[in-house]
Amino acid sequence: MKHLSIVTGALLASVALTSVAQAQTTLSMWYHGAGNEGEAKVLNQIITDFNASQADWTVELQSFPQAAYNDSVVAGALAGNLPDILDVDGPVMPNWAWAGYMQPLQIDETKIANFLPGPKGMWDGKLYSIGLWDAAVALVTRKSTLEELGLRTPTLAEPWSLEEFNGAMAAAKASGKYEYALDLGMAWTGEWYPYAFSPFLQSFGGDMVDRSSYKTAEGALNGDAAMAFGNWWQGLFTQGYAQATQDPADRDNGFGAGKYAFSWNGNWAALGALKAFDDTVFLPAPNFGAGAKIGAASWQFGVSAKSAHPDGASAFIEFALQDKYLADFANTTGLIPATATAAAMTENYKDGGPLSVFYGMTEANALVRPVTPGYVVESKVFEKALADIANGADVAGTLDAATDEINADIEKNAGYGH
Amino acid sequence: MASKFLKSNRTGWMMAGPAAVLIGMFVILPFVFAILLSFTNQRLISPNPTEFVGFANYRQLLGVATLTLEPLTDQAGLVQKDATGAVQYPALRGYTRNNPDFPNLVGMREWFSLDWGQSRTFVLARDVVFLKALINTFIFVLIVAPVQGGLALGLALLINQKMRGINLFRAVYFMPVVVSIVVVSLLWRFIYDGNSGLLNNLLSAVSFGAIPRVDWLGNPSTALGSIIAMSIWQAVGFHMVIWLSGLQTISPTLYEAGAIEGASPWQSFRYITWPGLKNTAILVLIVITMQAFAVFAQIDVMTKGGPLDSTQTIVFQAIQRGYGKQDISGGSAISVILFVIVLSISLLQRWITRERS
Repeated sequence: MKHLSIVTGALLASVALTSVAQAQTTLSMWYHGAGNEGEAKVLNQIITDFNASQADWTVELQSFPQAAYNDSVVAGALAGNLPDILDVDGPVMPNWAWAGYMQPLQIDETKIANFLPGPKGMWDGKLYSIGLWDAAVALVTRKSTLEELGLRTPTLAEPWSLEEFNGAMAAAKASGKYEYALDLGMAWTGEWYPYAFSPFLQSFGGDMVDRSSYKTAEGALNGDAAMAFGNWWQGLFTQGYAQATQDPADRDNGFGAGKYAFSWNGNWAALGALKAFDDTVFLPAPNFGAGAKIGAASWQFGVSAKSAHPDGASAFIEFALQDKYLADFANTTGLIPATATAAAMTENYKDGGPLSVFYGMTEANALVRPVTPGYVVESKVFEKALADIANGADVAGTLDAATDEINADIEKNAGYGH
Repeated sequence: MASKFLKSNRTGWMMAGPAAVLIGMFVILPFVFAILLSFTNQRLISPNPTEFVGFANYRQLLGVATLTLEPLTDQAGLVQKDATGAVQYPALRGYTRNNPDFPNLVGMREWFSLDWGQSRTFVLARDVVFLKALINTFIFVLIVAPVQGGLALGLALLINQKMRGINLFRAVYFMPVVVSIVVVSLLWRFIYDGNSGLLNNLLSAVSFGAIPRVDWLGNPSTALGSIIAMSIWQAVGFHMVIWLSGLQTISPTLYEAGAIEGASPWQSFRYITWPGLKNTAILVLIVITMQAFAVFAQIDVMTKGGPLDSTQTIVFQAIQRGYGKQDISGGSAISVILFVIVLSISLLQRWITRERS
């Protein structure tokens, strides 16, 4: 009897609670950053502020570990079980939008007019996702290294040419002071390869896929520019400038330990590099002929296609786009805030801040990865081709095979809706 | 009226029921799906409707062709050689790409080549990576099955004696089996590390630095061997226990009789132990073969199929395609091919080791 009354009481209480909450509609949200306390704190702050700022919506957050996040979304979509708001890695968004997992945001474009281009997730002419931050890659080295090797300091206006870059590698090797001239981050298999290395290919004038039609990779990934890129890439390893397989520990600490003269690394590792050496400098990407390029687009927020309340979901995302939250995220994660006004509010990215150079780099050189649903396959094919060439595979044969595989995939998917 | 078979076996059906339902749902049903999907163009994520494509997935995986080429000659008709003295042949690109004279070679790639006097025959394949995975898996099975089975038998013989503390040895040998293969693979990645790995340090210590450091997993010629060695070590304890159970079913009176007759240790192994282990041997062989064909976790953690496809395996390819590249139909076709291979080999093994009357 006693138990029964407790249960009844609990039921009554929950009914009472629900009727209070009914005034607000609950919006569910998935996020990839489980286990990252800093990010969770900022995101929870945004959600608390949003829930308190209006009476219509309550956002409820569910976090996933990054490694399991994409699988969870795919599984959730197949089971018809997606949340209202989800976050998505920029280059993956077209795949999910094309598959019908996402719908366009109801956010006025004027609201994001001052955003960097990378965080704007455009597909099919519509805004599907928007990021609060972007990331950039730079050639990390020391001022003293440049002086010792007698190298010109490159600038955004006048980056190193192919000859200058190769000359720098040769000089670093000839000095005999380093295990390898260049730390490319070969230990970071996965998305790092297309993110960090496809800009080299684009700087040569090639690409992972022909962006004018997105129907073929022929000529883009195996044309003359791509062959030149492939031979140069292989040369980095055959000439002993870089290592094809790298110990992950060397990726994390090698530059700081003085094993490498140069390191091709992202802004998230920049504070560590500054801590290792007082005279660390971040050089802009070299220009191999078709302009200096670096990757763009990081994690972004979007609304799932099945959401019954896209207006509420968009309202939350729009709320999160305030400069103060952009700055909070940048301060916590070290990533680049999506607007210049937010950058000015941060310790690292304000004018004269230690990482402010990265804001200029992403503004000047950023090129998003191919905006196509096929990117999820193209990136894997590209990664394997680069690893194979680094390990000594025939350049022309490997790039031809990669082209064929990408073309076969595009054909199998009836052109991916382009 | 229920048949007599069903009625008289009611208890039996009830006992088998839960397992049969689970196996049906999670083994047989997915497998039927895999066969069906392998004849379609099913994708993991796609708004496009699924279409029946016949054997296209299989043709794509197994398509092979040959092309015989004569060496390049210069204007005087002499064979061209490159700087290292190797004979130069025309680039395959000229035949496999945009060449209307060879429509059957479109999209193909060199797998390997054979020299016949001056001319060279190129064996081209539509999917070189899959064929390499097939060969690697066969090499893996051919080495792991006998070596692991033999080592396990040796260990079982060693620990099948009454001795103080023998259980300690049993536990030590069995330990790697209990640890997750992912953890074991991660640890061995450190052991095989090219700079400061345990194996390199050990080799250079015992040879006083004479043996150079090897990047075991980063070198195409050592990567597969390294994974084979680690895999043998990891699961040998499991098969040791099976052998041990077989050894303990052999009646001690046989050994006593043998000893009275003056049998040497080799003779008592050859004529008492080995015949007594026949059924165990069949079981161990078939289990190792089936497990070895399914090798995946080590590859995924340690090399991801690289370097230069030297450690690609069938299951790794199936999963990479099905999930990584969202090509469920291609992954299914690979699973079906693997099933056919394992089934035929198991049947063959059963037939070879059958009871002869």
